Amino acid sequence: MSNHNELPTLAVWKFASCDGCQLSLLDCEDELLTLAGVVRISHFTEMSRATTAGPYDVSLVEGSITTPADVHRIQEVREASRRLITIGACATAGGIQGLRNFAASGAYAATVYAHPEYIASLDTSTPISAHVDVDFELHGCPIDRHQLLEVITASLSGRRPVIPGHSVCQECKARGTVCLLVSQKTACLGPVTRTGCGALCPAVGRGCFGCFGPADTANTSSLAATLRHQGTPAIELSHLFRTFNACAPAFLEESVSQGGPVPVTRGRPPTPTSGEEGR
Amino acid sequence: METADARLIDAQGLDAVIAVLGELGYDTRGPVVRDGAVMPGTVTGVVDLPVGYHDEQAPGHYQLEYRGDNTVFAWAVGPGSWKAELFPPTQELWRATRDGGDLTFSEPDADYRPLALIGARPCELAALDVLDRVLRDGGTPDPHYRARRDGAFIVVAECGVPAATCFCTSMGTGPGADVGFDLALTELDDGAGHRFVVRVGSERGAEVLAGVSSLPASPANLEGRRQVLAAAADATTRQLSVDGLGALLARNLDHPRWDEAAQRCLACGNCTLVCPTCFCSDVRDTTTLTGEIRRQRSWASCFDLDHSYLHGGPVRATTSSRYRQWLTHKLSTWWDQFGTSGCVGCGRCIAWCPVGIDLTEEAAAIRSTDGAVRPGAAPGRVSS
Ligand code: SF4
Ligand code: SF4
Ligand code: SF4
Ligand code: SF4
Repeated sequence: MSNHNELPTLAVWKFASCDGCQLSLLDCEDELLTLAGVVRISHFTEMSRATTAGPYDVSLVEGSITTPADVHRIQEVREASRRLITIGACATAGGIQGLRNFAASGAYAATVYAHPEYIASLDTSTPISAHVDVDFELHGCPIDRHQLLEVITASLSGRRPVIPGHSVCQECKARGTVCLLVSQKTACLGPVTRTGCGALCPAVGRGCFGCFGPADTANTSSLAATLRHQGTPAIELSHLFRTFNACAPAFLEESVSQGGPVPVTRGRPPTPTSGEEGR
Repeated sequence: METADARLIDAQGLDAVIAVLGELGYDTRGPVVRDGAVMPGTVTGVVDLPVGYHDEQAPGHYQLEYRGDNTVFAWAVGPGSWKAELFPPTQELWRATRDGGDLTFSEPDADYRPLALIGARPCELAALDVLDRVLRDGGTPDPHYRARRDGAFIVVAECGVPAATCFCTSMGTGPGADVGFDLALTELDDGAGHRFVVRVGSERGAEVLAGVSSLPASPANLEGRRQVLAAAADATTRQLSVDGLGALLARNLDHPRWDEAAQRCLACGNCTLVCPTCFCSDVRDTTTLTGEIRRQRSWASCFDLDHSYLHGGPVRATTSSRYRQWLTHKLSTWWDQFGTSGCVGCGRCIAWCPVGIDLTEEAAAIRSTDGAVRPGAAPGRVSS
């Protein structure tokens, strides 16, 4: 094994998120020691307090941008990173907290916090790619750890990661799951959702929730027309498209078409909330 | 196949056929009911087969109903096909390990337990013949397909009850089977009882049948078989007009219908993966953290953007061009490539398309407006 100090460096960064995606890295139990032998983990506070200054060869970025401070911090992370990879629905699409984009977030803060004046947050939750250049986006809520290892391995060896952009349906067919949409009339987002989970939900009789966001080609309006025809009310469809990837463009547009509220910031740039002003 | 030597067995006889195949070492696979559909599974006796089940199929619709009668084969094909048994969704081709500058390669054995496919339908036999031309008998045979296919023992079950999605009669692939099987069954369930006419298609088929007690099929039994097949053909109402179809599609590459289909098409790829003849696969090399290299093949679909990815981007960027690729390959260019139709009329792509796009309807629409051109299409240049 080469001298530890000569190994490529890996950093893991957290923005607005639940930590589930970074934990996927710790979940790679069998491969973790091997990984630690081929990279120097320089910054990963879920794992160790010890951090080393950049630059970093590979940065994994979890979470979305929701505070004025993070708008600046992501710039620093970008500058310190040779290759920046965003992981998870928060970082790639704004995450479940992107639901704030459809309502005045100041009202939420006033309901939830005793002293909302201490909360410094933006009106919106936005993906990392809205702020800095991103070298690769790994989707999922949470991401799949095998895909994560593949992206890291590919980055280290300088090849293109083998991460398909096609529908969940193809994974259903490959594992021999009987289609729920056709045989049970279950509302399923699989035909417009990116694969990556291994088609987990249909395999246990649940329609796809769209955790991995829109597939490369996502004809959401045609799917929505069929699901409505099969009896799913528009409002439920709007909710179905509006979960972890609510602000991914294809899902956002469809949820609006099905009657969901439009983003409050549509037509105006993001502005700081009252919390920010009150600081 | 001659019917003169046909025999007659009952359900116990079919049990015995399956048992003999098991004793001979075959991995006995056949239709089973799983998760509300007829799917390939392990079959060790008639009890594992879809006894008493009936299906209802339509574009984007499939429903299985249990009526509890004693029929064994009174249903049409489900979403799974024998393609998955012979050409599995993923297949490792080789792996290599690095030792300093040396690479050591190893390949998985193509040493498979022989398969017995019990209760394959006539259109599925036709599909195997189509796949053979691509994966076994062409210039670059696939060793894994060949190994599995050459050892396979096939018991075909002729069709008595087609689904509304079936159109084998248009494609000349059913409801009866003439070649390509070891044993052929026709289920009779009439006043005289529940039996199967069995025809022998190979020497090993004859050997297996010899191990089972059977009677010679009477002229009345053979007439019964003829009536079952005639009724099935009459009940097959969906049609695909194949007359000049390849040329028709080839001269209508700029037809407006492709864009219309693309309005509905999800590009989900279900049609290609349920199709028993679609053979597209993707070969990818990956490396592991320890430097091992693996080459793996997995099913792919021409509805994937990646499928036509060349340097710089996909050739078929629009869903319209991808739907056109699928339909023209199945019904037109397959003839140029392999000398057959790529479609055997099983109807799977119709039933299992989530939005119910029906290729027979699409082809008919183009036929009825032959020569129509979408607005903005440049003459002589196929747009993507
Ligand atoms: S169950 Fe859902 S994901 Fe699976 S094939 Fe059907 S529509 Fe696609
Ligand atoms: S194209 Fe459709 S009907 Fe034809 S063989 Fe394939 S799945 Fe069956
Ligand atoms: S129709 Fe598409 S998926 Fe099927 S064999 Fe042709 S190119 Fe491949
Ligand atoms: S034709 Fe149907 S099954 Fe095929 S890709 Fe389009 S929507 Fe999916």
